[in-house]
Amino acid sequence: MMEGSDLSIFAKKKPQPMASTAPLLRVEGLTKRYGARIGCADVSFDLYPGEVLGIVGESGSGKSTLLSCLAGHMAPDAGRVIFDTAEGPRDTREMSEPERRRLARTDWAYVHQNARDGLRMGVSAGGNVGERLMAVGARHYADIRTTATDWLGRVEIAPERIDDRPSAFSGGMQQRLQIARNLVTGPRLVFMDEPTGGLDVSVQARLLDLLRGLVREMGLSVLIVTHDLAVVRLLADRLMVMKGGRVVEQGLTDQVLDDPQHAYTQLLVSSVLQV
Amino acid sequence: MIEISNLCKSFTLHNQGGAVIPVMAGAALSVAPGECVGLVGASGAGKSTLMRMIYGNYLAASGRIEVAGVDVARAAPREVIALRRQTLGYVSQFLRVVPRVPTLDVVAEPLLVLGVPADQARARASDLLARLNIPERLWPLSPTTFSGGEQQRVNIARGFAHAYPALLLDEPTASLDATNREVVLSMIDEAKARGAAIVGIFHDEGARERVCDRLVDVTGFTPGLAA
Repeated sequence: MMEGSDLSIFAKKKPQPMASTAPLLRVEGLTKRYGARIGCADVSFDLYPGEVLGIVGESGSGKSTLLSCLAGHMAPDAGRVIFDTAEGPRDTREMSEPERRRLARTDWAYVHQNARDGLRMGVSAGGNVGERLMAVGARHYADIRTTATDWLGRVEIAPERIDDRPSAFSGGMQQRLQIARNLVTGPRLVFMDEPTGGLDVSVQARLLDLLRGLVREMGLSVLIVTHDLAVVRLLADRLMVMKGGRVVEQGLTDQVLDDPQHAYTQLLVSSVLQV
Repeated sequence: MIEISNLCKSFTLHNQGGAVIPVMAGAALSVAPGECVGLVGASGAGKSTLMRMIYGNYLAASGRIEVAGVDVARAAPREVIALRRQTLGYVSQFLRVVPRVPTLDVVAEPLLVLGVPADQARARASDLLARLNIPERLWPLSPTTFSGGEQQRVNIARGFAHAYPALLLDEPTASLDATNREVVLSMIDEAKARGAAIVGIFHDEGARERVCDRLVDVTGFTPGLAA
């Protein structure tokens, strides 16, 4: 049985210093082909603890393929994805399926664009959050419920909604619930695929504010795929621009957006409508 | 604290026939701790461009931009991020924030990022906002709906929340009334007194004379215009 004090470690994590020397994730030469067509080609980068890396590009640029390969949802054709596990750096491609699944429910989290893909729609809000806790060994019902309530509060869902099913929630609430479900176990690396896509702008702002706070408080490293340059400007430390499956430019987010070097990035930045 | 030598910059406009526009050549600047250097020169001469390059917002073509020993022109993104968090502050002319975040938290954020406890960070933010005459009833609101002068003061409060050893100030007194202008100028004086190295752009000549120890005319760094 798990004590409440043990559960509380999932709710809060000490921020890790930004200047930490070992990368949390090291990607080398990652390539994925769909037959003759390129999904993504020769992608390499390092992600350090506490860093938020934005991946932008138009539809079909390979950014979602890249995220799927990194998260282990898709098998790449070549390259290495080295994650700094508790036992030291390991290539996730060489892990067994159970090992990878264990990683996916402990150190990793994946926030889908469509909350329905990341939630269990037939289970209550509290159950959605509690389920992930149980998957890592929590058994004490009252503790699980307390932690779930705490997390619903952190993502601004009223405690009296704990027994409601997500199908009764608005799109923004579903997305916040998905985030709570993902972060309750205190992951170190979060994959996000268009987390604000399909939401009203007012709801987007609320979600961005929430994500920024969680990144800071939990010291999360985040890989966020989006086509929304305003979102990455406010959320990402670094930016990677993809076109035709390849990374054409990467650097500090504001530098890439304000002084883009590659023709494609210049086109992308100059195509944004000013509000 | 800030050492710039032989700095060059050009913009290549790939989508406009690949036009190359050289904007800076051979720029040099040195700012000691406790010193405030004012950048002068006609509009378009490159004052803001130079400031943005020091901050790592614009990429240098060649040369060195050393801030507290880090060469911003060559540093990896995460080194620049660490430098911006701890060492190098920047008060731009525009406030860019996540909508709906309360003003108090916008100002406290640079401290929260450094790991300062929330109550201390908010206390410091309150002091600054009060000093800059932002009415307390506005603190829980997002600054996105504030007037230009109010937004600028929020931006200044945010830029001064942490005692950065180096500060870049782009027109910090531009749209302020006499009272608030005086507050900002005393804050700059105090930052200098604690040893901050400051680079500023001031169109307000009175402000320039009051806080700048030296002026550097960036026209001398403009390609084609330099003697």
